[in-house]
Amino acid sequence: MTIAVELEKVSIQFGSFTAVEETDLEIQEGEFFSFLGPSGCGKTTLLRTISGFTHPSYGKVRIGGVDMAGIGPNKRPTALIFQNLALFPMMSVAENVGYGLRVRGVARGVRDAKVARLLDQVALSPHADKKINELSGGQKQRVAIARALAVEPKVLLLDEPLSALDLKLRQHMRRELREIQQRVGITFIYITHDQGEALTMSDRVAVMNAGRIEQVGDGRSIYAQPKTSFVASFVGENNAIPGTILATEGELATLDTPVGVLSGRNPTRLGAGGEATLFIRPELLRLSDGTPSECAIPTRVGSAAYEGSMTHLQLDAAAGTRIMASVIAAHASAHPQVGQPLSAGFDPHHAVVLAG
Amino acid sequence: MKGLSITFAATLIVVAIFLLLMMLERKKGGRGMSFFERNGVLIGTYLILAVGFWTIVTIIMPMVFMVDLSFRPKLPPSQVGGPLDEYTLKNYRYFLFGSSTSAEAWNTVHIRAFFVTIVASIILTLVNFAICYPIAYYMAQAATLKKLRIVLLLLIIPYWVNDILRAFAFRILLSENGFVNGVLDWMGLAGAPFDFLGANVGLYMALCYSHLLIMIFPLYNAIESQDHNQIEAARDLGAPWWHIHLFVVMPHAKPGIASGMTLCFMLTAGAVATPMVLGGPRSLWFTPIVYDRFYQLFDWPQGAAYAFILLLACIVFVLTVLKISGLKLGEITR
Ligand SMILES: Nc1ncnc2c1ncn2[C@@H]1O[C@H](COP(=O)(O)OP(=O)(O)OP(=O)(O)O)[C@@H](O)[C@H]1O
Ligand SMILES: [Mg+2]
Repeated sequence: MTIAVELEKVSIQFGSFTAVEETDLEIQEGEFFSFLGPSGCGKTTLLRTISGFTHPSYGKVRIGGVDMAGIGPNKRPTALIFQNLALFPMMSVAENVGYGLRVRGVARGVRDAKVARLLDQVALSPHADKKINELSGGQKQRVAIARALAVEPKVLLLDEPLSALDLKLRQHMRRELREIQQRVGITFIYITHDQGEALTMSDRVAVMNAGRIEQVGDGRSIYAQPKTSFVASFVGENNAIPGTILATEGELATLDTPVGVLSGRNPTRLGAGGEATLFIRPELLRLSDGTPSECAIPTRVGSAAYEGSMTHLQLDAAAGTRIMASVIAAHASAHPQVGQPLSAGFDPHHAVVLAG
Repeated sequence: MKGLSITFAATLIVVAIFLLLMMLERKKGGRGMSFFERNGVLIGTYLILAVGFWTIVTIIMPMVFMVDLSFRPKLPPSQVGGPLDEYTLKNYRYFLFGSSTSAEAWNTVHIRAFFVTIVASIILTLVNFAICYPIAYYMAQAATLKKLRIVLLLLIIPYWVNDILRAFAFRILLSENGFVNGVLDWMGLAGAPFDFLGANVGLYMALCYSHLLIMIFPLYNAIESQDHNQIEAARDLGAPWWHIHLFVVMPHAKPGIASGMTLCFMLTAGAVATPMVLGGPRSLWFTPIVYDRFYQLFDWPQGAAYAFILLLACIVFVLTVLKISGLKLGEITR
């Protein structure tokens, strides 16, 4: 595998404000790579730096092994799909798709043939002569994709392109984007603050927070093995229980928390005596009304919300701590009485203890 | 029917035609909410009365009066409305032939001035556009808010100086022993002082300068309304700057360009003070000729005819340009 995009010690500042802190990153050729993070964490800034609209204050951006310093956005082998698509309203669909080719001086015949092929690929052939404002949201989306693909970029950059669509269409477009990416085989760098989107579509995800990449990995490892408490709480639902580390033993750590003494994995090898937080996923809690086992939290049922296949229970534990538990609705424990005592136990290997 | 009554009657006819056109337009468009339903009876009535009064009394009636006047002979006040006060084409004939009776020779002086004015105004408008477009683009898409404020101030403050003062200032700058010739002389460039005023350089500069704002603001408005991402998208797709301006920014700004250009053209062709002060001895701008009809010859009917010819030419020219660029009249107000 060769490296498509490489960031070497890149940091980006606006005046005295650091939007992206020193970052090293390699994105492979043909990879579907996502940046996931809350609003304002610097995702767009990073993407604009790769496409050449913003310049890194320090460090180097390489695309296909070539240092991009001094190379403008119009000369880079990237194509950017904007957060609001930025289609040209005064041109027809076909003219939009053909714009990049027209700029390159591609002969009319060749251009028309290629535009027709691209429109066919995104199922827009019947709409070739329409104006942009006569299209639906999903169709506009596909025009933007076709327009970017027309210039045959090595890397396609997408800035939350689905955020304006409704849920159904968004899910449909997710699949479609993934299919297109696999068909054309180029690198996609995708920005989103929707974790579902990032996890389902991507080969790898970088979770960002406040200008810093906190963790890079595939969806499964991001979800199951978070390395920082931000990743643990931002990706998926999680119960966070703060406490003090009593002892560490092998890969486990034992915490003294307001709801009892609990253990979890200690991937960052925190030492005894420090403040830490234990994270346990709602769906990994085992509820029982018998005597509490060794690693369990005594609770009372606060409320229950039935959501089709799953039931989400809100459990009240000591010291005002709220514990969320998700149970398959078909399961017997999914129908408890409000106020009934329940013990929420878990396998210490399913929980994780992280600093902060 | 004489004089005022004709003005009134003609005004009524113009208004009636206008209303008829409006009703036809409405039929085509189908029926929306009525004017009174939308604004309420009180405000609706007020709007109709106010706008109606303004257009009829300050625009249509004086115009109709002038048109009427332009078809009448010049008479001493005692004979106005008398038997000699008949409709005649002689004022227009005078423009063409330099005499109200014979048609032997063309009135070359006036006709030439007329065409020179039109052509020079077209060129000045284009020059103005070339100067203003980059400034407007900078203001609308590139400048930070702080810089925009500074540019705006720099643009607006010079216009506190009135037209006539500016014209005389240009005269002083460009006169034979003025500042510019002084500088040229000091640099050893000009052997003899150059006669800028005689060559109408001052006139053209001042006409251009005094209509910069008229051009910049419609351009600025139009360019400002474009999503900056579209410009970046074009750049990202590989477009060089000239291509972006020609095929992305200008098509979007077309209504603004048209409205700036038409305003600038009309005002340049119709400027009076500047040509009178700065026109060299060989300058023949058309408006001072019109002015002379009124105040040198006291021939108001002929003056009205001349003014009307200029207005008509300008309107025809502007409508032609709009037609060619595929814009509707309504669009330039967007
Ligand atoms: N041109 C700029 N000048 C100054 N600050 C900027 C500039 N562009 C971005 N920022 C700041 O950098 C930070 C990151 O912005 P960015 O647009 O990258 O966020 P984002 O992660 O894309 O957020 P969102 O999900 O809301 O789009 C923000 O705090 C923003 O205010
Ligand atoms: Mg963003």
